[in-house]
Amino acid sequence: MPGLLVSTTVNGDAIEFVCPQDETLLDSLRDRVGLTGVKEGCGTGDCGACSITLDGRLVCSCLVLGAEANGREIETVEGLADGDKLHPLQDKFIEYAALQCGICTPGFLIAAKALLDRNPNPTVEEIRYGLAGNLCRCTGYDKIVRAVQAAAKQMRKK
Amino acid sequence: MPQDTSYTDQNFKLVGTRPRRPDGVDKVTGRAKFGADATAPGQLVGLILRSPHAHAKIRKIDTSKAEKLAGVKAVVTSADLPDLTDGDRAMLDILENCMARGRALYDGHAVAAVAAINAQTARKALKLIKVDYKVLPHVTDVDEAMKPGAPIVQDWVFTTGVEPKPNKPSNISQRNEFGHGDVEAGFAQADVIVEKSYKTEQTHQGYIEPHACLASVRPDGSGELWVTTQGHFTFRNICSSLLGMDVAKLKVTASEIGGGFGGKTHVWMEPVALALSRKANRPVKVVMSRDEVFRATGPTCSTSIDVKIGVKKNGTITAATAELRYQNGPFPAIWGMLGAMTSFACYDLKNVKSVGYDVLCNRPKVTAYRAPSAPMAAFAVESTMTLVAAEIGMDPVDFRIKNAAKEGTLASYGPTYGPIGIGPTLAAVKNHPHMKAKLGKNQGRGMACGFWFNFGGQTCTDLNIGIDGTVTLTVGTVDVGGSRASLSIIAAEELGIPYDQVQANIADTASLGFNDMTEGSRGTFSSGMATIFAARNAIEVLRERAAQMWDIPVKAVVWENGEARATGKEHGNLPVLSLKEIAAKAPRTGGPIAGHNEVVADNAGVSFASHICDVEVDPETGGTKVIRYTVIQDAGKAIHPDYVEGQFQGGAAQGIGWALNEEYIYGEDGRLQNAGFLDYRIPVCSDLPFIDTEILEIPNPNHPYGVRGVGETSIVPPLAAIGNAVSDAVGVRLNHVPMSPPRILKALDEARGS
Repeated sequence: MPGLLVSTTVNGDAIEFVCPQDETLLDSLRDRVGLTGVKEGCGTGDCGACSITLDGRLVCSCLVLGAEANGREIETVEGLADGDKLHPLQDKFIEYAALQCGICTPGFLIAAKALLDRNPNPTVEEIRYGLAGNLCRCTGYDKIVRAVQAAAKQMRKK
Repeated sequence: MPQDTSYTDQNFKLVGTRPRRPDGVDKVTGRAKFGADATAPGQLVGLILRSPHAHAKIRKIDTSKAEKLAGVKAVVTSADLPDLTDGDRAMLDILENCMARGRALYDGHAVAAVAAINAQTARKALKLIKVDYKVLPHVTDVDEAMKPGAPIVQDWVFTTGVEPKPNKPSNISQRNEFGHGDVEAGFAQADVIVEKSYKTEQTHQGYIEPHACLASVRPDGSGELWVTTQGHFTFRNICSSLLGMDVAKLKVTASEIGGGFGGKTHVWMEPVALALSRKANRPVKVVMSRDEVFRATGPTCSTSIDVKIGVKKNGTITAATAELRYQNGPFPAIWGMLGAMTSFACYDLKNVKSVGYDVLCNRPKVTAYRAPSAPMAAFAVESTMTLVAAEIGMDPVDFRIKNAAKEGTLASYGPTYGPIGIGPTLAAVKNHPHMKAKLGKNQGRGMACGFWFNFGGQTCTDLNIGIDGTVTLTVGTVDVGGSRASLSIIAAEELGIPYDQVQANIADTASLGFNDMTEGSRGTFSSGMATIFAARNAIEVLRERAAQMWDIPVKAVVWENGEARATGKEHGNLPVLSLKEIAAKAPRTGGPIAGHNEVVADNAGVSFASHICDVEVDPETGGTKVIRYTVIQDAGKAIHPDYVEGQFQGGAAQGIGWALNEEYIYGEDGRLQNAGFLDYRIPVCSDLPFIDTEILEIPNPNHPYGVRGVGETSIVPPLAAIGNAVSDAVGVRLNHVPMSPPRILKALDEARGS
């Protein structure tokens, strides 16, 4: 099977890559676009470490084919900061020690941003259910929830 | 209980503060490089073929078709990993676990591997390898494996620790007994005796990052390995030994590690990746799938445990015994022994005996999982403790306080305790507002205690002062959860400089002396100790250089607040010299300024915790939700409290998952049926409440700051705390972990008489 030429937008930049037809978008992003901030924890959509947004919608990139990205807009953790200024979620994750090993952090940041984009003032329960698609094995989620609360508060001030 | 606070009352400026971690920005921007994130020119993709059978003889492996496939650069089997272990059976076991040698010992056991130009080709090649298996009878249950007539997993294993020496092979690899006093006499004095049996299922560490490595072996016999590991120096020793390489010629670099919890203390596919690279003469990257991680790496033991405790009506324990049977996978190990050692460590007992059995089964090789072996023993003992308290009508906390170990107690596993934290954690439970909070319908409260030994081990640390006075701290213990921040705090504290003036790094094996792994809660304990000594050595050099700059004797120079100060009538008026000023002159005063330390950090200081837990049980479904949770643990001294709390919370969350949901489910065919995160369900954010923490500081007298390891003990109490809470909520006692909805519903139905 010949590879497919995919023209897509990643973090605002026009990107082209060629991928086999059966390759996941996760593998395309990691191996062809070089965005290794997108992590593979399971490959079956259960852990959320590969979370990205595709046309603004939160998805597991391991459940999307690279070919499906053609003509669409992708956001990954690498595009979260505004120039040299960290996104409030990134800043609060560090301040609140919301990461230990950090492998799940990119997925959590993308999922939390998607949550706050649609609900700028979530309750603790809304945060917990909003992030239930992302697994963290280190923190027990306590400091993650607190960091998201703090980031939401800061973002509402703007 | 009075506590020695001379260590913790030191006038610290930075220890105990919560600065931002040095690797934070990389980890929130996607820049941090984990195991699967490295690349090398010309790298190949390595994949591993695994046995679908729990136990089989491998008659033949035909790799010829795979080798002929275009794009395949190497195929390896055990023939490419010859036995160089020179009679060292433990090393041969490691090698055999990495690649089957004539027999498959569990579902998922590696039998062959390929390296190809891309993943598509490698996957095709795996399908072209033909393995001729003769399926053998298997055993996956620990109690079944101990029965006479059970299929024998290893025909060379004869039970040790029993008399007379057996003449037949057995699945019981060893028996170990601990304790003191006369338990029969003790039980004879008891007013009440409670005896109970328990089972716990096998769980996985569940680190989110699968095992991954990039191996590159050159034809001249040297090589490099980039790998996600808890201990790259140990990996180097083992890999070089198995591959027949010189230790110095294999450079191992630890990537950022995406969780380990003990599972990344062992080599799994790394020697295979090196063998593929050697054969192909190309770099080879091997990344496991989640299915492989579950089937073929590091779960903890399943267990079966009997506990018997005798007590006077006044609450004094007269005798306690436990028999603990731990399933080790197919290779002999020490997990049952550790379970027996930890089982009664919280208590001051006159008559105590614990017997541990290590048992082989056709399941994956068991490895360490956070305080390995202790949670299961604690589930059995702490459940029984609460039952005993109820039998004599005593409050379960008071009962534990009455029998708690203290300084001078002869521990059930042998040593006599120094200052310890079990009493203070229990006192804190007693006084905690959580204990007084009201409970609703179908809600219950439980508490339990936990113990872990902690470990010190070999450590080697460098501290180099740059021309601008900034400090490069180089350690060899992998940072699994923020230790670079803690160690930077310690270096800055000793030198008297700001935290930001220190940059901590993890060195590769070519850049620093040997360090034991980050295991046994030793990272901040041992590297912290070596950092203190390295900094003090650097201060000696700084004083000498200042003396030289002033042209006065060294003994007239003191180091205070990050500055050299001249003392005495003669020199006291000299202006101080800052670290930066001394560093700037280093090229002309004797060259680079550095401190170095290598140490065996003995006497890590034992660790105790007590947990309180509230649950709500749905009597219709058996579903259980943890609604409030409090961890109280002795940290000795908390260097960076955020990351101490994080260890408390993370361990509790893993324990909650183990208690309520997580288990390896094997079919009759001996195959693992739930090798994925959908069916092996670890707690998600919506499953848990906030996890409150209280850090106690009972100093470890063997550490300059009083530090104890904090990483592991937090996983020990939750199984029993939740079991006790479930019992309190709905009146049924679960003796089988996980307490999943079907098990709780079954117990409720039996209690309801349906």
